[in-house]
Amino acid sequence: MADFLQITVLPLALTLCAYQLGLLLQKKFRSPLLNPILISVAIVLGFLALTGMDTATYQSGMQAISWLLTPATICLAIPLYQQFSLLKKELPGILAGIAAGTVASLAFVAGWCLVFRYDRALLVSLLPKSVTSAIGVPLAQMGGGLSPITTTAIILTGILGSLLGPLFCKLFRIKTEIAQGVAYGTSAHVIGTAKAGEHSSLAGAVSSLSLVIAGLMTAVLFPLLLQIL
Amino acid sequence: MPMKYLPQFCIILGFTLAGEVLQRIIPLPIPAAVYGLVLLFLALCLKLVKATQVKDAGSFLTSLLPLLFVSPTVGILDCWTLIQPRILTIALLLIASTCLVFGIGGLVTQALGKKEGDGNG
Repeated sequence: MADFLQITVLPLALTLCAYQLGLLLQKKFRSPLLNPILISVAIVLGFLALTGMDTATYQSGMQAISWLLTPATICLAIPLYQQFSLLKKELPGILAGIAAGTVASLAFVAGWCLVFRYDRALLVSLLPKSVTSAIGVPLAQMGGGLSPITTTAIILTGILGSLLGPLFCKLFRIKTEIAQGVAYGTSAHVIGTAKAGEHSSLAGAVSSLSLVIAGLMTAVLFPLLLQIL
Repeated sequence: MPMKYLPQFCIILGFTLAGEVLQRIIPLPIPAAVYGLVLLFLALCLKLVKATQVKDAGSFLTSLLPLLFVSPTVGILDCWTLIQPRILTIALLLIASTCLVFGIGGLVTQALGKKEGDGNG
């Protein structure tokens, strides 16, 4: 058994299959709760528990593709560029909404962590929870946070945003497609953007622009905030 | 058809490399991906790179993003002792902050864009 667990390609094959299954389930049941990442994580954790493979072996197998994170994130510039020229007229309002949401997110999470006296590592890990993992995780790591906590918080935030988004739109009376896009993209990054796209394609486009800009703003504000805290 | 991916990937890796180099020479705690993203965006705006020269490999790579988050999330069990005593307030934090950011982001944009947005709301 131990011999089989040493096969280099095993973690990658396992993860890809689990992810495909996750996509399939999501397509079939159309529920944001059935997030492909969460399904894959559950399957992988189950596999590790059953076979006794340790997390380190699994993660070193995944290093075959994990270095793609930086180039993949850089590619978010392409849709950003395409939407930027389309939305030029609306840009001031969009940017103001993203800036307000980003500042609110950082201030609220920092305040909450201080009130409940969280450890600094936990605070740093949770602080970038509203932005896309590709920007949030390296930020948390540089500040001394733990990337598993950051990734999990980010994914759960995305799922919450897409589950509760329609309710929030009614609650706050957010009616214009552009405002809905900003709300989804700034609060719930990539996962929220998929939901915004179901409202309308304009909301989806604004959302995908918002998630990148919110990530960039967070990257600038995050180190400054850590200096004060 | 698959041949076009290689030159596109080459350009993307060029920006990745530039981002990594900048991250090492600029003494700020900003991830290499942020530098690379801004550089590629500027290159597209200045027409140094055309969208068609990076689009296909780019959308393939961005479609991989969710898959790349599985491995780091699996490490959550190793952090369990830090989270477990705080699990309830963390859950509340996630819900409350998502609600707050959603509301503020949406309402600010809506208030500023009202004149043109009313018609298609």
